[in-house]
Amino acid sequence: MHESHILKNYDAELARLGQELEAMGAAAAAQLEAALRALEQRDDAAAERVIAADAGIDARESELSHDVLRLLALRQPVARDLREVLAALRIASDIERVGDLAANLAKRCRVLNTQPAVPAAAGLRPMADFAIRQLRDVLRAYVQRDVALAIAVRERDAELDRLHTELFRALLAWMAEDSSHIGGGTHLLFIAKNIERIGDHATNIAENVWFIEHGETPLEAREKRDASSSLGD
Amino acid sequence: MTDSPAAAPALKMDVRGLNFHYNGYHALRDIHLPIPEKQVTALIGPSGCGKSTLLRCLNRIYSLYPGLVASGEVRLDGENILDPKYPLNRLRSKVGMVFQKPVPFPMSIHQNVAWAIQHHETLSRTELDDRVEAALRQAALWEEVKDKLKQNALGLSGGQQQRLCIARAVALKPEVILLDEPTSALDPIATGKIEQLIAELKQQFTIVIVTHNMQQAGRCSDHTAFMYLGQLIEHGETERIFTNPSNPQTEGYITGRFG
Repeated sequence: MHESHILKNYDAELARLGQELEAMGAAAAAQLEAALRALEQRDDAAAERVIAADAGIDARESELSHDVLRLLALRQPVARDLREVLAALRIASDIERVGDLAANLAKRCRVLNTQPAVPAAAGLRPMADFAIRQLRDVLRAYVQRDVALAIAVRERDAELDRLHTELFRALLAWMAEDSSHIGGGTHLLFIAKNIERIGDHATNIAENVWFIEHGETPLEAREKRDASSSLGD
Repeated sequence: MTDSPAAAPALKMDVRGLNFHYNGYHALRDIHLPIPEKQVTALIGPSGCGKSTLLRCLNRIYSLYPGLVASGEVRLDGENILDPKYPLNRLRSKVGMVFQKPVPFPMSIHQNVAWAIQHHETLSRTELDDRVEAALRQAALWEEVKDKLKQNALGLSGGQQQRLCIARAVALKPEVILLDEPTSALDPIATGKIEQLIAELKQQFTIVIVTHNMQQAGRCSDHTAFMYLGQLIEHGETERIFTNPSNPQTEGYITGRFG
C-alpha cells in the first residue's frame, strides 16, 4: 500500500470508495447469479426479487458518485489519487450497468416462464458462471490492485465471447426449426447478449485497474471472439 | 525522469549542471532544467528545497551578496549568464523579477513604473507616459489606476501593488519574468487576477514562477519542476506531472503524502 496522506481523513475517504465498490460489485455478481437461478428454476417470485433489488445497486452508485463529487470539490486530488477517484466513478458506472443487465435478464425470465422450457437455454449456465467469475476476479484485482489478474480477466473475455457466439448459433438453429420458437428464442438471445455485455463491463473494470497503476499508458488491443454480429445467414 | 525532447519548444533559458553553495552549504545540486520560450515554468517543492535559490540564479541576483558561489551554466539565448563577463545591466534588463511581498516604491503610481524605465533609457515626457500606460495595461492595472496616477502607490490594495510590481518589471521590456511566490500574500480574487495576467503575459514573455500552491502551478504553468533537498527530482509537462508523475517523491509531494 502507499504511504498515507498528511490529512488522515483523506485516506479514509479514498478507502471508502474502494469499500463501496467492493460491496456494490459483490451485490451485482449476486444479482446475476440469482437472476440465472430464477430462470433455470422458472421461479417468478425469485425473478421479482432480483428486479426489486436492482434499486439497491442504483442507490449505491448514486452514493458513490456523490462521494466522488465531494472528493473532487474538497480535496482536489492529483496524480494517483486523481486516477483512483476517476477510476472509482467509472467502475461504479460499469457495476451499475451489470446490475441493470441482471435485472433485465430477470424481467425476460418472467416471459420465458409462461412458455415451454427451451433446451438450448442450458447454454446460459456456462456463460453466466464465466461472467460471474470474471466479475469476482476483476473486483479482487481492483481491491488488491493486482494488475496481472486484471490483465488476465481482460484476456479471458475472449472465451466469454466464444461461448456467446456458440449459444447464439444454437439458438438461431432452434428458432429456425419452428416459428413458435421465435418469441422465446429472441428473449434468450437478448439474455445471452446481456451476459456477454457483463463480461465487457468486467473488462472495462480491468482496464481501470491498469489505469490506476499506470496512468493513460494504453493497453494493447485485445483479442475479440464474438462473431455473433456476423452470423444469421 | 523527463519528458521526451521530441516536441520540445525553443529554449529561452537552459540550466546545465548548476551547483550553488552558500556559507559552505550545498544548496543546489547539479540542476539541469530547460526553460522553454514564451511558456510558464513552475518550480514547486517543500520549503528549503532550493526553488527560490534556483530562481535567484536565473538573474544572478545572488551576486549582490558575498560568499555565494554558483558553478555550472545558466544559458540565456545560448549565453552563460553566470560568466562574470556577462554584463549585469544587460541581464537585469532581460530578466525581470517580482517578489513574494509586493514592494512598491514610496512614490506615485506613475513614478513607480517610470523610475525603472528612466534608469535604462532617456525618453521624452510623452514617450515615457506612453510606456508607463502600456506597462500598466499589460499588468491589467491601467483601468483601475488611470485616474490616480499621481497618488502614492502605497495606497493601492495588495493585489494592485503586486500588479504594479509586474508593470514595473514589464516596463523594461524584459524577455524573461521571474515570479517568486507572487500571490502568497493575496486573496483568491487578487490571485485569480495575477494568474490570468500570467496567462496573458506568456504570449510575450518567458515566465518562471516559484509557488507553494500546487493548484496554482497546475492552473497557470505549462511545465512543472519538482525540487527536493537541493535536487531537481522531476520536470515535465504540467499535465503529466499532476496526472501521472514518474517519480515516487514527486507523487508523494503533490498528493500530500510527504513527510
